[in-house]
Amino acid sequence: MTLVVFSSLPECDPVVASTAPAEVELPTSDTDVRPDRPWVVLVWNDPINLMSYVTFVLQKLFGYSLEKATVLMMDVHEKGRAVVSIGPRERAELDVFRLHEHGLWATMQQDD
Amino acid sequence: MAIRRRRWRVRANGSGFDLNLPAEERHLLANLLPQLREVMEHPDDERARRLFPTAYTDDVERDAEYHRFMREELVASRVAALETFARTAESKHIDEAALLGWMQCVNGVRLVLGTLLDVSEDDDLHRLDENDPHFAEAALYGYLSGLLEEIVQALSRG
Repeated sequence: MTLVVFSSLPECDPVVASTAPAEVELPTSDTDVRPDRPWVVLVWNDPINLMSYVTFVLQKLFGYSLEKATVLMMDVHEKGRAVVSIGPRERAELDVFRLHEHGLWATMQQDD
Repeated sequence: MAIRRRRWRVRANGSGFDLNLPAEERHLLANLLPQLREVMEHPDDERARRLFPTAYTDDVERDAEYHRFMREELVASRVAALETFARTAESKHIDEAALLGWMQCVNGVRLVLGTLLDVSEDDDLHRLDENDPHFAEAALYGYLSGLLEEIVQALSRG
């Protein structure tokens, strides 16, 4: 099993945000006992928000580079949704709030 | 957009942004944007749906809890943006924080109009006939989309 761990959550700091996630091998077990599976924040496609606006908001809120924000925006546009952040529940809820503040269609769910 | 702009309306300039909006556009915005506050006072109104989206799609209880705590915060954030807009509605030069307030208000009204118009991915609102009952809303929506695009471009370069 491979768990993707961010060395630090993407905050409004382009240096941190551009850091590649480190992959950590966890021992395999039959039952998943992790009590705190991370939460993923999703942004969904919607016909109202402009593509340039979505890209800008992702850069502003998460400190993503223009390239990374554009890739995420295109995923939203073409695949219908994209994971824009991963973290503990409180953090994910704050991210959802900030996205809602900017009118993006964001939801959160616990990672499978 | 097929409309050719005669001149820029929002442009980065030094540490801030120049606003080059004709008086009639400022008048329109000063009348239109504050209506967002009125819509937010009726959160169960269909038009407000996109202003208060669902956070937990698979957990009704947690979503209700999210809205109990966050709805007021969402309203407060939009009201603060409206106050920023009102304070700078006549300004020719504003700072980044103020332009972000304009951006939040303009997009908030686009969300309400887009919901009202039931905008879909393939819609071409420019083709609406002037006899269509939603012609005025569609024209406003198109105007705000153009203005938002300019605001975003200016902020991205600023």
